[in-house]
Amino acid sequence: MHLELATQDGHRKDVGKDTRSPLEIRGLTVSYGEKPALFSVDATFEPGAMTAIIGPNGAGKSTLLKAALGIVKPVSGRIRSYGKSLSAQRHRIAYVPQRASVDWDFPTRVLDVVLMGLYRQLGLLGRVRPKHLEIAMSCLARVGMEGFADRQIGQLSGGQQQRVFLARALAQGADLYLLDEPFAGVDAATEKAIIAVLKALKEQGKTVIAVHHDLATVPDYFDRVFIINTSRVAEGPVAEAFVPEYLQEAYGGRLATAQMGAAG
Amino acid sequence: MLWQALTLQLGYNATLVTIGAALLGIAAGATGTFLFLGKRALVSDAISHATLPGVGLAFMTMVALGGDGRSLPGLLLGSAVSAAVGLLCVSWLTRRTRLAEDAAIGAVLSVFFGFGIVLLTIVQSMTAGRQAGLESFLLGSTAGMLWNDAVVIAIGGAAVLALVLVLRRPMSMVAFDPEFAAGSGMNVRQIELAMMGLALAITVVGLKIVGLILIVALLIIPAVAARFWTNRVGHVVLIAGAMGGLAGYTGAAISATAPALPTGPIIVLVAFVLFVLSLFAAPGRGVLAAVVRHLKFQRRVHLRQGLLALAQGQPIYERLTLRLMRRAGYVRPDGVATDEGRGQASKALLDERRWQLLRSDPDYETAAARYDGLTPLERVLTTDQITELDRNLGPEAVT
Amino acid sequence: MMGAEFVALSLPPLLIGVFAAVACALPGNFLLLRRQALIGDAISHVVLPGIVLAFLATGVVAAWPMMLGAGIAALAAVVLIEVIRRLGRIEPGAAMGVVFTSMFAGGVLLLEQSDTSSVHLDVQHALYGSLESLIWLDGFGWASLLDWEALQGLPPELTRMALTLAFVAVFTAVLWRPLKLSTFDEGFAQTLGLRTNLLGLALVVVAAIAAVAAFDAVGSIIVIAMFICPPAAARLMTNRLERQIGWSVLFATLSAVLGYVLAGYGPLWLGFENAVSAAGMIATVSGLILLVTALAGPCRTRAGAPTET
Repeated sequence: MHLELATQDGHRKDVGKDTRSPLEIRGLTVSYGEKPALFSVDATFEPGAMTAIIGPNGAGKSTLLKAALGIVKPVSGRIRSYGKSLSAQRHRIAYVPQRASVDWDFPTRVLDVVLMGLYRQLGLLGRVRPKHLEIAMSCLARVGMEGFADRQIGQLSGGQQQRVFLARALAQGADLYLLDEPFAGVDAATEKAIIAVLKALKEQGKTVIAVHHDLATVPDYFDRVFIINTSRVAEGPVAEAFVPEYLQEAYGGRLATAQMGAAG
Repeated sequence: MLWQALTLQLGYNATLVTIGAALLGIAAGATGTFLFLGKRALVSDAISHATLPGVGLAFMTMVALGGDGRSLPGLLLGSAVSAAVGLLCVSWLTRRTRLAEDAAIGAVLSVFFGFGIVLLTIVQSMTAGRQAGLESFLLGSTAGMLWNDAVVIAIGGAAVLALVLVLRRPMSMVAFDPEFAAGSGMNVRQIELAMMGLALAITVVGLKIVGLILIVALLIIPAVAARFWTNRVGHVVLIAGAMGGLAGYTGAAISATAPALPTGPIIVLVAFVLFVLSLFAAPGRGVLAAVVRHLKFQRRVHLRQGLLALAQGQPIYERLTLRLMRRAGYVRPDGVATDEGRGQASKALLDERRWQLLRSDPDYETAAARYDGLTPLERVLTTDQITELDRNLGPEAVT
Repeated sequence: MMGAEFVALSLPPLLIGVFAAVACALPGNFLLLRRQALIGDAISHVVLPGIVLAFLATGVVAAWPMMLGAGIAALAAVVLIEVIRRLGRIEPGAAMGVVFTSMFAGGVLLLEQSDTSSVHLDVQHALYGSLESLIWLDGFGWASLLDWEALQGLPPELTRMALTLAFVAVFTAVLWRPLKLSTFDEGFAQTLGLRTNLLGLALVVVAAIAAVAAFDAVGSIIVIAMFICPPAAARLMTNRLERQIGWSVLFATLSAVLGYVLAGYGPLWLGFENAVSAAGMIATVSGLILLVTALAGPCRTRAGAPTET
């Protein structure tokens, strides 16, 4: 008992102390066909921060996330997580893909989707025990979806689907959370619920990196930005990097004046 | 013998069949292109397998009415009706249930085919059915064909080709961009129906020559092969038609030279040869061209990244980058930069800085959109424009 | 019908039919959800060139070399489809169409060119098998099932099909979680470290094994029909994958039993003398089941599907 407490404590300290970057990218080039979607991108994400990846459509935001997770194969580049290779750190990384990337007509329930987040604990043949169900239900509760556990996923609204995906990521119990457009096409209540969960994660010392497209909410939601358009434009705290000069460089004339106002 | 076959000197029947196969091939290649571009190539597989119950039912009906039962037009009519029913089932399953089209296609083709086999076993047990030879519709058979049947095939081939020519314009619009076609006032559903109707007609005409299992090859292979040669819809249709015609003509001719060379498989294999040639040798989309292009591209990416790292004094992690840099003479085997490497590196860095400046300048909006990390700025801007840009870069950067 | 004659003449083909149907329906569920339903169609077409090549190589008509040949052909087809799809950036349906028709054409040509008139090897056999002929001569009533010597005389197809079904079932059970996960959300599965490419390939290989074993006994029509119809009908019955598997097994069994019985006895009831093709009838019954579920299945449409209790 005593021993267990000690290790738990040590583990917590370890997370708190882990000052190595949760995600470090060097010289990442990814291309679909002959035109690079990302060119020679370097990035060092701060531990314990909430970072928004922003940039115009087609700037390679989602590609950056997917390459960082090993879902797309880069032409060149190196990914490290907490000082180690990606494959050694997969258990510390949770991922929320774009909602539209899966077929929601798949025959399964909300609870089953959340349980997918526990795959690493369950393994191939491990039985789903009450404690696993408890974790899944508590993750659903954190996103306000505990009443939907038995619902067929095809019957959810867009915002509810997004919350379920977030609950699945929470179930992974990771230190680094990567989210691809978590606020795309969701209702205002869902957006509020999601940001509350993400901020709570940050309070616990976790790192959150999200592809984001609504410039107006960047200063409210995030502490850091990573601005990208094929290659890196700027990276830093919102106050320093989220400035018209860099946004202009990334977005060009596509940057609406209203958004400039919000940024300035 | 082969030369005689290719020059149509093997008798009337063989000549008619060869011409019919060529016409059918052209029509199939063109029609198949529309199906392929609409990502519905395998619908034709459902159509062709769904012909079988019709063949059996037509035979039984004709015998019941006191006829011969083996009359080709009657059998083809029956096959057309049951293929149409199969097609309706595919579209009904896709629209009315949650099943995807591929599942609907697979269900229809296997069930209709299975039911057709049941009917064939019944036909075989009928007294009139012993010599019906309906199995020949599975794989096609032109050996010992009657003159009348050969005429039916030649006329059928010409008729479907004429239909394709009439409908080619609306069909290519619908296949290429259905939304635009609908927006410009076309009845997309009707045209799609016509497309399916054509595929059905081709299948039916081709039953006797190629057989129902392989006719789908004529609708798919030429279209897929043609796609490698061009990006323009009109050209794909033409090339696919030419390839289909060539496969039909050569295949039928080769098959006429010996009894052990069944027409259908030979036609399909000729088409496959054309496909393999296209897959590898076509410029642009062909495999060889793509491999060469990819290797070049990879080299450019790694060299550029290596040079930028060199210029900024960063370490190069990747072995491939180092190897390419070494081979290009930019670094020595021990990893130290050569003079040329340093020169190229500062050039690359300057180019990157200029790009950065350009992208933050609203005046260069259009040029900035061409940024991909690899294109040298000289290719986008004139020398005067670059000089102008350099003025903003500050003197210390241009060294 | 339930006596000695049944045990000798009907029990073995019935069991073989059921085993084959279920062995194909199990992987069919995943293929259906992955939009790869037609891979079963492609595999069953390329079985023919495989067995012809095996015959040409060995000179005999024997089960194992032919199944090996068919298996190799199926694998070659799958690899070829993938290569053509990737290299040519062609949609999977078209790539399949190119590969399976060409390989089938090659098989027919080889068959025509080689002298197989003396042996029982033809296209028809590959298409609809001969389920009816798989009888158990040593079976004299139910007691024979306990008689070791009589059991030795069971058609070898029965043992092979039973083993295949067991293998497919174990595969599905062991890899259930990763299969479900990667079918639903491939990207997420990759971030967990799952090798989704390998998993997809394994699924197709298992489907090919089921197809090859089944075609030998029952022909390729049943194979295509069982890959698609029972899972498709099952999908219209439920919104839970676990239950979908259950329904598909039930439907596959029902198709095999009803189809076999109707083919054997149906014509007699109608006053005809000869039985009809059992393989064809099984496919037909599976289609009728699909029709019923498409008309009345509780989860048949995307929108407004009722919640399950």
